[in-house]
Amino acid sequence: MKVHEYQAKELFRSFGIPVPEGRVAQSGEEALQAAAALPGPPWVVKAQVHAGGRGKGGGVRLVQSGEEAEKAARDILNRPLVTPQTGPEGKHVHRVLVEQGVRIERELYLAMVVDRETARPVVIFSQDGGMDIEEVASKTPERVLKQTVDPSTGWMPFLGRNLAYRLTPLPSPEALKSLMDVMGRLYRAFVTLDCSLAEINPLVITRTGEVLAVDAKMNIDDNALFRHKDLAASDDPKEKDPLERKAGEYNLNYIRLDGNIGAMVNGAGLAMATMDLIKMAGAEPANFLDVGGGASEEMITRGFEIILEDPKVSAILINIFGGILRCDVLARGVLAAAEKTAIQVPLIVRLEGTNVEEGRRILEASDLEFLVAKDMMEAAELVTSRVSN
Amino acid sequence: MSILVDETTRVVVQGITGKEGAFHARQMLGYGTVVAAGVTPGKGGKEVEGVPVFNSVQEAVEREGVNTSCIFVPPPFAADAVMEAAYAGIKVAVCITEGIPVLDMVRVMAMIRDRGTVLIGPNCPGIISPGKTKIGIMPGPIHRPGGIGVISRSGTLTYEVVDQLTRVGLGQSTCIGIGGDPIIGTSFIDHLSRFREDPDTEAVVLIGEIGGSAEEEAAQYIQEAFPKPVVAFIAGRTAPPGKRMGHAGAIISGGKGRAEDKIAALESSGITVVHNLGTLGETVRKVVDRR
Repeated sequence: MKVHEYQAKELFRSFGIPVPEGRVAQSGEEALQAAAALPGPPWVVKAQVHAGGRGKGGGVRLVQSGEEAEKAARDILNRPLVTPQTGPEGKHVHRVLVEQGVRIERELYLAMVVDRETARPVVIFSQDGGMDIEEVASKTPERVLKQTVDPSTGWMPFLGRNLAYRLTPLPSPEALKSLMDVMGRLYRAFVTLDCSLAEINPLVITRTGEVLAVDAKMNIDDNALFRHKDLAASDDPKEKDPLERKAGEYNLNYIRLDGNIGAMVNGAGLAMATMDLIKMAGAEPANFLDVGGGASEEMITRGFEIILEDPKVSAILINIFGGILRCDVLARGVLAAAEKTAIQVPLIVRLEGTNVEEGRRILEASDLEFLVAKDMMEAAELVTSRVSN
Repeated sequence: MSILVDETTRVVVQGITGKEGAFHARQMLGYGTVVAAGVTPGKGGKEVEGVPVFNSVQEAVEREGVNTSCIFVPPPFAADAVMEAAYAGIKVAVCITEGIPVLDMVRVMAMIRDRGTVLIGPNCPGIISPGKTKIGIMPGPIHRPGGIGVISRSGTLTYEVVDQLTRVGLGQSTCIGIGGDPIIGTSFIDHLSRFREDPDTEAVVLIGEIGGSAEEEAAQYIQEAFPKPVVAFIAGRTAPPGKRMGHAGAIISGGKGRAEDKIAALESSGITVVHNLGTLGETVRKVVDRR
């Protein structure tokens, strides 16, 4: 689960990580009031969207007066912001964060993730902050420092020293102390909130030697949301694709793509492989949909509804490998769901598992247009033939 | 032969009185697995499918000598269940549960490392040695005993592969679902090294997907230290970056973990990568016959 910059900063504040003073505004008027209440000039007006590269898209503006803040907010709000990370359609901006301007002396990079290979949290630190860290990592990997954290000890002060004392030149002793303190606090926030990512870019040392998180990014582990009900409630539904949001409400694992062949599969790996197969057959997958182990009639009906809301879908490929699930039961469910949703597009069905012959028979005997495939090869061929029609 | 489990394995089902636990305990018994005990705290003294239920894994180990656990415990309690098994001296813990928080798994791995417990999963279908024992939820009937080792990050995609292998006459020595989460108890390499020592395994099929670097690491290991033929399939060529594709571990992040990079690494290590899933069975057949 992603949170907006302003939400991440509120969370940082609660863990004692210094952030610039700021207020959220949803209109030009509110931005004007925010600027009046905050130290400045200058102020910064920042679009709040779940995407990076906001500056490149004109979504971050430095302003010198309340009127400029108002104008910047009006410019940015209520229209799409296109950045290198959003795709051409951009992301609609519903809020801006108005913040006090900060006199930046140095920009650093600080982040935390869990390293899959070592199964440990890892701190990532670089003195090349305020830039694209992936570029830094690929061009000058020696300038990206990492320290893994031993879960049995948690954050230890020496880890901070291992990182901070590598800065060249060294900042003031006070700034160094604050920097190491922020690292420890970020670790505590990361672990307490079950983050999958916590990133501060840039982590700024100001001209007066203070350390501030000028930007903040936090991703919360979806698997941990059950123990963070308040965080889960702060999720911004407007940032999601509406179909994906609806599917989430139905407990369906659905991701919208760009193509014309819808897919419904049981199992994430098989669903990905099915999407790949569609592409190989000369078509484009319209979605990823994993109905999981519960391919009941109800789930299938909901799956059809979601897939069919996408007008680009010209056929649907159903690929179910039923282990415990009996294919005749599944076939009846598919039939009922197709009838209920009055499907107009062709259905290519590939079934395998217990009672598969009966399942295929049920589909073939129905009035609806089912193209029944025996195996993955045949499923691909049927998709190809559909596409060329 | 087989790796990790065989017909002498004594299994305890953690969560046996729950819907999933009870159902799959019955399926496992039907396959011939020695399910010697179940554990559900508070339900000690009861019986499920004739299997005695205990309040703790420790008690199940003391009373029934179980050495392997199959865990059907919901996400909020699953990490504790895995650690309980390790603490009680369980040698192989198979955790089916999907949805365990990543930081819980960080703690689990730190705890079990020193105890020598092999954790299969989480978020996996389990491990099966066809004809000998099934510890997990995979459908028994599609499997046959034979010489192909299967190591997979998936569930139903593994069944698809196994089904094709069986149809071309290639039985399986042991099939392991290592799990779809970002942090899992074992890697491809862990099982490859076991398959290397198993005289009954003549070739290995590796089923990977986007996310992480396990396949790239396996490619290097295979090139350096694995003499038997390997055929691989990688799911997720068409996955968009930054999206979690069902499995928590199936995500392309910061340009890393892409299917094409895994495929390139495997192919440059001399491994046959199947591009069209429909041809997997016959491809393995060809590779094995060539030997």
